[in-house]
Amino acid sequence: MLTNPMRAIWTIARRDFVAVVFSKAFIFFLLGPLFPVVVGLAAGMLGASVRQDLDRTLVGIAMVGHDGDRLIAARAAMVDQLPGGAPEFAVIERLRPGQSFDARGLLQRRQLAAVVTGTLDAPVLTATPGRIDQWRGMIGLFAARALTTRTEAPPPVRTDAVVTSAANEHIGQVVTAQAGQVLLFLLTMLLAGMVLSNLVEEKANKIIEVLAASIPMEALFLGKLAAMLAVSMVGIAVWGAGYGVMLLAGARAIPLLATPAVGWPLFLALGFAYFAMAYLLLGAMFLTIGGLANTVREVQTLSMPATMLQLIVFFMASFAVAMPGSWVERVAQVFPVSSPYAMLAHAAQSPDLLPHALALGWQALWVLLIVRGGALLFRRTVMKSGPAPQRKRRSAAA
Amino acid sequence: MEHSVGDLAVLGNGAGLRETPDPRDLAIEARGLVKRFDGTLAVDGVDIAVPHGAIYGVLGPNGAGKTTTLRMLLGIIDPDFGYRRVLGSEHPTDLAHRIGYLPEERGLYPAMKAYEAIAFLAALRGVPLAEGRRRAKAMLEDYGLGHAADRQIRQLSKGMAQQVQLIGTLLHNPDLVVLDEPFSGLDAINQGRLEQLIRGLAARGATVLFSTHVIAHAERMCDSIAIIAAGKVPFAGPVDVARDRLRPQVRLETRERDGRWRAALPSDARCDAKPQGGAFWYFTLPESGTEPLLRALIEGEAGILSLSIERAGLHDAFVAIAGEAAARALDQPADDAPVKGRR
Repeated sequence: MLTNPMRAIWTIARRDFVAVVFSKAFIFFLLGPLFPVVVGLAAGMLGASVRQDLDRTLVGIAMVGHDGDRLIAARAAMVDQLPGGAPEFAVIERLRPGQSFDARGLLQRRQLAAVVTGTLDAPVLTATPGRIDQWRGMIGLFAARALTTRTEAPPPVRTDAVVTSAANEHIGQVVTAQAGQVLLFLLTMLLAGMVLSNLVEEKANKIIEVLAASIPMEALFLGKLAAMLAVSMVGIAVWGAGYGVMLLAGARAIPLLATPAVGWPLFLALGFAYFAMAYLLLGAMFLTIGGLANTVREVQTLSMPATMLQLIVFFMASFAVAMPGSWVERVAQVFPVSSPYAMLAHAAQSPDLLPHALALGWQALWVLLIVRGGALLFRRTVMKSGPAPQRKRRSAAA
Repeated sequence: MEHSVGDLAVLGNGAGLRETPDPRDLAIEARGLVKRFDGTLAVDGVDIAVPHGAIYGVLGPNGAGKTTTLRMLLGIIDPDFGYRRVLGSEHPTDLAHRIGYLPEERGLYPAMKAYEAIAFLAALRGVPLAEGRRRAKAMLEDYGLGHAADRQIRQLSKGMAQQVQLIGTLLHNPDLVVLDEPFSGLDAINQGRLEQLIRGLAARGATVLFSTHVIAHAERMCDSIAIIAAGKVPFAGPVDVARDRLRPQVRLETRERDGRWRAALPSDARCDAKPQGGAFWYFTLPESGTEPLLRALIEGEAGILSLSIERAGLHDAFVAIAGEAAARALDQPADDAPVKGRR
């Protein structure tokens, strides 16, 4: 049997959850993150296509005699050894000794990325400054190779691959920490903002009076937060499933992150807990701020500073990742609103678990404090209540 | 003015119940409630004592402090000063399952179906949702609204939505029902139904407290009333006592038309002049009562053709207690009501 406050929280949470999840607008909410993904994919594909066209780069060769052919042979022998490969080479003209060639003019007339003239002893690369910086060494290498009599490929290099190095692991975990923070921030920003307008409906529909007479204001706040948290979990489950489908479909573009220090299962569990805390902390603040608004217009006005607040918190936590062990990191971990972000980053970089238990308890305490404060503020400012305790007691005793 | 627990019945200007009620017999007991909003005094030392099982009216013009008083009694807001006890508790919100409240500004979630809205309101008061749904459908049928059970609130007329909210207020069988201006917005037929409903609630033992600015409702329905004007309660007690604040009016028709018999009347039965062209004399019944009056009229050879003694109505009592201005304000629409309280 649920106790009265719990039953009140449950009643409010259930009503709000059903009202949101079973509304048509929720479908658009679920599809929301898809829009940037689709736009991103489309832009990426378009960009890739453009780049593919542009990358079909051809270097024209107009060298004396058969130097050009030898240069092409040298390219063919070495291209697989070069990181990033090499552009295609094509002989444009075989020059006689002493014959001049207008490389600049050729670049103006034809779709060539660069032109190599001169001899193998003294090749001349004509191109834009960027291409010159990019290919100068490569052309020299090919020319040197062409000057030797050897035609076989370079000797194979024996390799001994290690899974990772200490430096690599650290960098990878920092990247995982940052990725975790970004994901946490995006989800929180996407979802906590919804709470801003949450009490406007009750005020506009005048039902707040009935609610205030029936249940404690704290139960109303907690019920609404719980409902929106549950709604966000539905959203995350749907989006997570979509991500899983993309992975299964072999979307190799999706980056694989380094294993966090606490391991993936625990990291995901902590990520879930820290998301809940970040959401509840910001949500409780937003619910309070939004509760003071009377209209949707006022809520819209409030949403910008609220977003800025989130950004500040995020940047603070991000900054702390780059400064492990510093006072900045400590402050970010202790300051309630940035604590979930900072602690998730900590989980990626350190295997210690005790700090997480302390942090989650600390954050939960602040959720309750903010809800309590928010409910009091709501009663005093919106419901126009608030006793003067000492005078009241004196009066009652009279 | 100082009040003690023993003075509870002697409220306002010393009017009201003459006997001292046992606090255990009171469903609501409030003393010296004061509430200010941003420096504006909305309620100024209100005392109310509502017996268990009574139909009690809070009567006053718009802006007099009725709603603020009810909200304080229900714990929606806390008083700046004063003491309240509702169903034996100083924390009324802890007893939500025993209280039903219909606010003046009705409010329901527009997207909810009627029976769901009722079940939701009942769930807030502790009725399990499934049970609430079952009872909601049954009550909607009882009220002739069965056809609207599955319709969304936004699809209902204002009157129907109001009835839905009323059902939601009563579904959990509360011991105390607080209705803020329950008759406003209802047509005559539904006002009659609501009156019946309120009487039915009292008949099953529930205490009903409602606010109104319509004297007729208070006069017809209430055992006791609190008259509230400008944040103060100048009278609280039984309706009969309020009416008895004014002596009954005598209407007299005599053969003797020049009124010489008036000299024989007791001094407190002033009868100055007959209305121009009228056949009747009007004056207040003397303190000494009916028999001495009749004796005086006979001895004065008035030649009584007809005589009736009419008890003062609540409207007259209201004018006498709260003043002409407050009585005129009763008829004002809410928008024209004076700003609540005084600075």
